[in-house]
Amino acid sequence: MTQYEPVIGLEVHAEMLTESKMFCACPVVDSTEAPPNTTVCPVCTAQPGVLPVINRQAVEYGIKVGLALNCTINEFNQFARKSYFYPDLPKGYQISQYEHPLASNGWLDIDVDDETRRIGITRAHLEEDTGKNIHMGSSSLVDLNRAGVPLLEIVSEPDMRSVEEVEAYARKLRAILVYLGVNHGDMSKGVLRFEANISVRPTGSDEMNTRTEIKNLNSIRSLVRASQYEIARQIKLVESGGQVIQQTMGFNEESGKTTVQRSKEYADDYRYFPEPDLPPLNIDRAWVAAIEKTLPELPDAKRERFIDELGLSVQDAGVLVADKATAEYFEAALKADVDAKTVANWVTGELFRLMNAAGVEIEQVKVTPEALVDLIKLVEAETINNNTAKEVLEAMFETGHSAGEIVKEQGLAQISDSSALEAIIEQVLEANPEPVEKYLGGKEGLFGWLVGQVMKETRGQANATVVNQIMRERLEGMRKA
Amino acid sequence: MTLSLEQVTHIAELARLALTDEEKERFRDQLSAILDYAARLQEIDTSAIPPMANVLPVDTVMRDDVARLGLPPEQILANSPDQEDNMFRVPVILE
Ligand SMILES: [Zn+2]
Repeated sequence: MTQYEPVIGLEVHAEMLTESKMFCACPVVDSTEAPPNTTVCPVCTAQPGVLPVINRQAVEYGIKVGLALNCTINEFNQFARKSYFYPDLPKGYQISQYEHPLASNGWLDIDVDDETRRIGITRAHLEEDTGKNIHMGSSSLVDLNRAGVPLLEIVSEPDMRSVEEVEAYARKLRAILVYLGVNHGDMSKGVLRFEANISVRPTGSDEMNTRTEIKNLNSIRSLVRASQYEIARQIKLVESGGQVIQQTMGFNEESGKTTVQRSKEYADDYRYFPEPDLPPLNIDRAWVAAIEKTLPELPDAKRERFIDELGLSVQDAGVLVADKATAEYFEAALKADVDAKTVANWVTGELFRLMNAAGVEIEQVKVTPEALVDLIKLVEAETINNNTAKEVLEAMFETGHSAGEIVKEQGLAQISDSSALEAIIEQVLEANPEPVEKYLGGKEGLFGWLVGQVMKETRGQANATVVNQIMRERLEGMRKA
Repeated sequence: MTLSLEQVTHIAELARLALTDEEKERFRDQLSAILDYAARLQEIDTSAIPPMANVLPVDTVMRDDVARLGLPPEQILANSPDQEDNMFRVPVILE
């Protein structure tokens, strides 16, 4: 039977984190929190006679993204009107870019199953966001706080061949936007939205078949679920002799299904034409060069450095750079004189485990990087052993107290003092004559059991190395006697 | 050039206008005449002339990213035919 593969391209709409809107001075606010219609003005509500003026910072952010995605930053920029009627679009058109976008012809490398794949970036162009509609049954209410917020639309080539690649692309792009400081990446606030263009074809062929477009995917999880459903739907359709129709689909979160919004008969007819209210925008080469110099270290470069200079595993380095805040946390810890691999182990191991269990992000973690280093130092100084340290970290995570405080409060300091340990070992040997005899008789495996009894007596606080050493000396002494 | 009835219907739909059959016929004639008039421009050879992006002799006008509050909701909503909770109320939108 024929195997099928999906052909997927993504459009990502990213709000730019500017102070003011794209074409007016209204503040950009959290549109999920701000009281309705409190950051609006005659420009973004399309009162007669107003004129838009381009926000320089939004252009600069767009250039940053273009450069980070290896795009050509086009010298000649022209805004265009995209006409359609919807109540959240007061002008009856959206100011966007059409024939002359800000950036084009770039790429983004993603890693899936230990393989790097290069996904083409067709273009990135600036536009303005729409307002929001709240549906109330018999009517809809319109809030224009979000109308006019700068939006960068990043369009990929149809280069993705699996849902895993779609997810990797979305996560990588999100990480880059956050690293660049142009978007805070919090999808629950609607600052990052996805559209997927999906078609299917026999695996390995180079056909480009009819595609559907799934709009308004507001989380990576929705993007993944919708893509999975739509690919399966199309394959099933084709296998049963049907044909995919070019359609715009929506995704229903509850049912997990894609549903038709518009079919081709009502295909978008946006009647683009140059925006007469905005003169052309020429992007000065010197400006681009200056912006390029301000680009921060991006995830790929950081990962390479973590591997090459710090000796981290590919896996650990990848996990640490995937989120900007995590990378910053890790690097803040390294300011102290501490082994990078040890810090990486603690962050990607115990700290991530606690974060997952509590459902918190690293920004909310009460254990500061410095506090984590203090904990590691206590292990290095053999004040506590590794297992106790895990308990201490858990307490730090819950209370925000320092490792030193917790060790002191709970009396967790490791017992390394040999005279104290000798006494406990003596007790254990006396209390267990049978296992001791069997050990001396050749059952070597009982050594671990005897050490375990000592650890139990000391609630795990005995220094295992010291216990091992004394225990062996004592037992060898008994063998000779 | 005469527009087809389908074209007139399509344009009406894009403009969210509900036209009667009689109106479609009438507007077909009127729109066709307007387009014929504008089509005279096509006779000019513009192959050697770069497209004009703007009529003003300026380009690259940008403003600094400084936020300033606009108008209070009452003023923005003052001309709206219907409102609720400081929002514009519009006929129900089918998603
Ligand atoms: Zn405004």
